Amino acid sequence: MEQLIASLADGLLLGFVYGLAAMGLTLIFGVMDVINLAHGPIIALGMFAMFFLSGAIGVGLNPYLALVIIAILGLLFGFCIYFVAVHRVLNAPHLSSLLATFSVNMMIIGVGTAVFTTTPRNMDFSIGSISLGPVTLLGTRLVAALIAVLVAALLYLFLYRTQPGKAIRAVSNNRSAAELMGIPSTQTLALSFGIGSMLASIAGGLIATFFSFTILSGGVYELKSFVIVVLGGLGNPTGALLGGLILGGLEGIVPVFMPVSWVPVIEFVLFVIILMVRPKGLMGGGR
Amino acid sequence: MSSSKPAPADKALNRGGFNLEAIKLGGWKYPAFWLALGLVLIGGFVPVITGTNTWRETMFLILMAVSLASSLNIILGYTGYVSFGHIVFFGLGGYVGFYLIAVHGWSLWLAAPVGGLAAGILALLLGKAILHLRGAYFALATIGINEAVRTFVNNFDLFGGPVGLELNFLVYKDYGGPAAMQWSTYWAVFGLTLIIVVLSYGIKFSRFGLGLLAIREDEEAAMVMGVRTPSAKTWAYVLSAIVPGMLGVIFFFRNSSIAPPEAFRLHRSIEFIVMVMLGGQGTVLGPLVGATTYEALRSFLLTSPLFKDLQLAFAGLLLLLIVLFVPTGIVGWLRSRFRSLWRILE
Amino acid sequence: MSQNNGALLQVRNVTKEFGGLTAVSNVTFDIPQGQVLGLIGPNGAGKTTLFNCINGVFPITRGQIIFRGVDMTNWKPYDVVRLGLARTHQIVRPLQELTVLENVMAGACYGHEQRPLSQAEEIALEVLEFLHLAERRDQLAANLNVAQKKRLEMARALAARPYLLLLDEVLAGLNPTEIAEMVQVVLRIREQGVTILIIEHVMHALMNVSDRVIVLDHGELIAEGLPGEIVNDPNVIEAYLGDPALAEKLMSGG
Repeated sequence: MEQLIASLADGLLLGFVYGLAAMGLTLIFGVMDVINLAHGPIIALGMFAMFFLSGAIGVGLNPYLALVIIAILGLLFGFCIYFVAVHRVLNAPHLSSLLATFSVNMMIIGVGTAVFTTTPRNMDFSIGSISLGPVTLLGTRLVAALIAVLVAALLYLFLYRTQPGKAIRAVSNNRSAAELMGIPSTQTLALSFGIGSMLASIAGGLIATFFSFTILSGGVYELKSFVIVVLGGLGNPTGALLGGLILGGLEGIVPVFMPVSWVPVIEFVLFVIILMVRPKGLMGGGR
Repeated sequence: MSSSKPAPADKALNRGGFNLEAIKLGGWKYPAFWLALGLVLIGGFVPVITGTNTWRETMFLILMAVSLASSLNIILGYTGYVSFGHIVFFGLGGYVGFYLIAVHGWSLWLAAPVGGLAAGILALLLGKAILHLRGAYFALATIGINEAVRTFVNNFDLFGGPVGLELNFLVYKDYGGPAAMQWSTYWAVFGLTLIIVVLSYGIKFSRFGLGLLAIREDEEAAMVMGVRTPSAKTWAYVLSAIVPGMLGVIFFFRNSSIAPPEAFRLHRSIEFIVMVMLGGQGTVLGPLVGATTYEALRSFLLTSPLFKDLQLAFAGLLLLLIVLFVPTGIVGWLRSRFRSLWRILE
Repeated sequence: MSQNNGALLQVRNVTKEFGGLTAVSNVTFDIPQGQVLGLIGPNGAGKTTLFNCINGVFPITRGQIIFRGVDMTNWKPYDVVRLGLARTHQIVRPLQELTVLENVMAGACYGHEQRPLSQAEEIALEVLEFLHLAERRDQLAANLNVAQKKRLEMARALAARPYLLLLDEVLAGLNPTEIAEMVQVVLRIREQGVTILIIEHVMHALMNVSDRVIVLDHGELIAEGLPGEIVNDPNVIEAYLGDPALAEKLMSGG
């Protein structure tokens, strides 16, 4: 029982970070109906950015300070991807945007493999741990979860309290109507893509503080993001955070009862079943 | 993307959504068919003419890519459903066949059709379950299924779990030794390529194929026009799964081992989409041209010291350029440029 | 309840609800063999929804639809076509990347008679000739203009060789010359013995082709009769008052 609680708590902490990554994916889908298949590599780049900014052989910044720089880089990188690969295919059939973002995926992975190789990297970073009764929480994971919640809250404020945020929501609801009302859709779409990419890179940076990684590691989190996004409803950022917690919880609980290698099986079966019966997600398709 | 003259013959009145009568070949007199078939025949006999193993291995990979891409084209190009995780049929078929050979001592020639059958059955079941999903949802579901099967096989002791299965080299003795085995499997892949190219052509210029194209263009309208969309889509999916299943068995048999990462590699899956797109989706010739070009380019990049590591990035760049600038692919572009070539470039 | 009173299509107490909204409410009418029945009503009256109920695009909430003596309530659209009921769409839905000929062939292949390809081609050419589209047979449907796309939509439905044809605003968006041509086409289809149910906003044209007219308002059938009776029906005029332009058309159409 104690083991269950400890494992569940740990899973939930990770769930917040997964949820953050998934919010990036779902925001982009909600706004422009594009499934960003470069999501995983962006997460991986976030990991490497963290490694080089604050790792042993890096610049030596405090990891949480480095996160600010990673966020800015992620945003800019998202703009680049949007204008290079996505903008032209927005009104083309679905296959085009899937392939366009996947081509970015291949380029990042290709160059990344050549530059960084696939040797696992490790940050060797620790800020101790906190014990609450039987539960011991690793400091890095606890802080990561807190930051994930903070970023999610900031995103919420941005979307509901600021002009560009409201524009994003308007475009997400109905792009042509928003354009008629004078909302510059290209800027808004680029901004959404940038924010989506920013969220993914922050999540990557956070994950790097406690797991080892390679350029290919993003793929795992991309697939997790898909599962979460489907759990929470495609295009629904709040749902994504909740989906992240469900997934994190599952990852915490399942290994107590069966070998850990069954976790992804359960995740993907769940994913397919939800797509089959409730394609709008468990929470409905609301935006 | 379209025929200017459909196939004649076929007097029987067809009623089902799909039956073999419906794909009875027609249009033999049309050059497009002979062009496609001729290209495969010429390519297939190249290793005999040159007589070198290097050529045989190169052509083996190209023919395999052609038949995988052509299979995918049936559901992707004709029906308009983006099967992102199509590699699952290759992997699962491969596993079933490999298991029968390695553990139960079956002959390859029996195991390969069974592998194809397994893939077909999986497609039939999946068709009922996920083909009602549209657009991106279907694409995501196929990714999910590939990953679910991969992670499951990873845990499935009968199939060797994460290590997979291996073949005792002695088995090749039954096929006349490793050298003879490599030739006979080559001919098998060659045969399958011919079959899938003929099938692609037959489907495209059949009543069944017209129904698939209607679904691709506007599924609602197709339904209102009378196309039994659920069964037509399912059959297209099954047809696109069988050959990949058989190829999986042959490939991994030749390879003498099978493991989950190789069998269900998502990147490989998307490479087939690139091939179809590069050549021109929805055409018979497209996957042929696309797969050949892509494989040739890839083997060139792999052997070039400069590009070896960047091979994937290069493929990605190529894909992006196609998607942005020539979305109809090489054959589609040629068709729109030279209207007079319509009947040749189908 | 599949008694046949001689009518080709019997719509019995058909109701369609979307969530809490009733789009079609308890509608009952018959179409005898060989007639042209006009269906009019203000915008949003539920006319197209009624079409979608009849040909199976939407399952209905309550009621019964009997066609050629067969109860086909809640059949799938592709089964409805096979029984001999074809339709056009208000917003045309050509198969863009297929040629004109292929579009029409698909109609013949999968329509009432389920023709094999070779025969479908003959039928398609015949129908294209009839609709003056023959010279465009090898063009992509995407490259047609609006009037041609409307005719293509009609050709595809006709190639299905239906007993009953549902026409949804085939005149909308056409200029007066094109309208006159299309009216002739409708009349000639009728001469061939095809029964027609037609939704139309161009009133004078509708009044010319219809044997009888039914009027839908807020999903309910509010009037039924000869074209001359309908335009003078106080209920109908009232229903259209919210839509003065249409009311005017209606009056001038008589």
